[in-house]
Amino acid sequence: MPEDMNGLGVSPGRTAGPVHSMGSPPVLPAETPQPGPDEAQRAADALAFVSSSLDKLAGSLSGDAAEVLATQAMMAADPTLADAVAAKVAEGRPAAWAITDAIGEQQEQFRSLGGYFAERAADLADLRDRAVAWLLDVSMPGLPRPGVPFVLAADDLSPADTALLDSSVLAIVTRRGGPTSHTAILARSRGLPAVVSCHGILEVPDGTPVSVDGTTGVVAPVSAAEADEVRESGRVEKERDAAFTGPGRTSDGHAVPLLLNVGGAADMTADAEGVGLFRTEFLFLGRTEAPPVAEQETAYRALFEAAGDGKKVVVRTLDAGADKPLPFLGLAEEENPALGVRGLRTARVRPTVLAEQLEAVARAVSGTGAEAWVMAPMVATAAEAAEFASLVYKAGLPTAGVMIEVPAAALHARQILASVDFVSIGTNDLSQYTMAADRMNGELADLLDPWQPAVLQLVATVAEAGKDLNKPVGICGEAAGDPLLALVFTGMGITTLSMSAPSVPAVRAALATHTLADCRRLADLALNAADAQSARKAVAGR
Amino acid sequence: MPAREVVVGSRIGLHGRPAAIVVKTAQAQQVTVKISVPDKSPVDARSIIAVLSLGAHGGDTVTIEADGEGADAALDAMAEVLEKDLDADA
Repeated sequence: MPEDMNGLGVSPGRTAGPVHSMGSPPVLPAETPQPGPDEAQRAADALAFVSSSLDKLAGSLSGDAAEVLATQAMMAADPTLADAVAAKVAEGRPAAWAITDAIGEQQEQFRSLGGYFAERAADLADLRDRAVAWLLDVSMPGLPRPGVPFVLAADDLSPADTALLDSSVLAIVTRRGGPTSHTAILARSRGLPAVVSCHGILEVPDGTPVSVDGTTGVVAPVSAAEADEVRESGRVEKERDAAFTGPGRTSDGHAVPLLLNVGGAADMTADAEGVGLFRTEFLFLGRTEAPPVAEQETAYRALFEAAGDGKKVVVRTLDAGADKPLPFLGLAEEENPALGVRGLRTARVRPTVLAEQLEAVARAVSGTGAEAWVMAPMVATAAEAAEFASLVYKAGLPTAGVMIEVPAAALHARQILASVDFVSIGTNDLSQYTMAADRMNGELADLLDPWQPAVLQLVATVAEAGKDLNKPVGICGEAAGDPLLALVFTGMGITTLSMSAPSVPAVRAALATHTLADCRRLADLALNAADAQSARKAVAGR
Repeated sequence: MPAREVVVGSRIGLHGRPAAIVVKTAQAQQVTVKISVPDKSPVDARSIIAVLSLGAHGGDTVTIEADGEGADAALDAMAEVLEKDLDADA
């Protein structure tokens, strides 16, 4: 029996069932045959076949899946690709080899661009496999159809694969892929548990029952009877989560307001306790000049009104910089944009943008009954925090805070909290800066794990400072939406958790089934663990 | 040759839906529209692969150029889609 495997949980939920792997892609014969007289035509026919079959598939679907497939069909029909393939044929390569070579070169180019662009390399690999299978006249690579509910195992999933998933897929486990891969996005949108970066998954023989935990990332071989149990308890958990309603609180009544991360009024839900992170960038992106105060006021007012009377809305001031460039800021290109002029630092160069934004927030909130709290991103020192707070007060807004994303700010939380009314921890950037690992780099996913004890230690330091000074310390990174981490944070003394709306039910349920003392014990376990995996395991085991 | 500088309005950059819309718009023009980013040679905007290879992010400035009859109209149409946040309408 193979051992338990650890990957990265990217879509929560627990289930179990037999593993079945994706149909393997066609393999080119070791010996390259002599090209025939019509290789150029055959290559063109293969690409045309792939393009039309993907278009047909797109036509049978709707929404994002259809769009993604139509784009992939467009790639198959692409003139740049056709030219590259024709050039390879002209060099004497048979059609299937010409397509393989040309696509390989194009994939390199995408990979060198990193991030989202690099993940398009998987779309190209899928095109190649379909074209080559057609040329070699072998079966198309694709989804297994075992006829029973199953756990889908794959190297990585292409958009065409994900579009075809039906209800017999219980969970998805891939050997590669990061948090922004198609697999992760699709699984979350369908509510399917998913684990990516699970290295051993393709060695598990088809039909072996495994359990999949999309929160902890653990994939474990189980007996068939155990699989039934896990599947049933996963289903019960999901139902139970949905049954908890009302404000966030532990089973012994310690309140932990569950706030939302939003980009605008459309992201609000009826039962939201408030907004813990209002990202204001949307108004500024793609502009050649800063939006006028009146326009900002209208947009902000819409959210304050949607939040409603007495609800707290934490507005984050413009979070732009060399990594998220805005032309009107006039920032120079930087060697190291993540460490450059971004967040509050942009106010050093263009102070009026911040002053106008604060003015717009102050005007927008008046008369709506909502409570506007304002915080600045990317603060490193107590002096920056104090200066920002004085600007907020000067604009007539009573509550000023800063985000804790830089390790220096976490270490100096006490001094920072002395000059502001609250802080909110951005775990994504705090992980990036603490672990010195680029957020956009899927290869470093393990380092960016929010369970890294060093990152948790910094969160605990900030929480302690908040307790001592009796000031609120919230969390507004993705980590707050992990039900287990939510317990750990609560145990540390974090006062509010802010997350995207789909994460709320599981976190609400986790809190409602633990006492504050339970949470404190879990926080101790996580903080004292040797590494991220054992921290997660220790907490999940209780 | 008429050319224009445009700031990419789509937050996610020129991939996915925004890239597809830009390419479709280019394919609908009477003239060939080329698109470029600094330090890379201009590419045919009708090619999705070429447009993706630019690696253009939201807020980046790209240059579009076209020649011949209808070049200005083509550039108008391209600038309009490039400047919008095409992912936001989804």
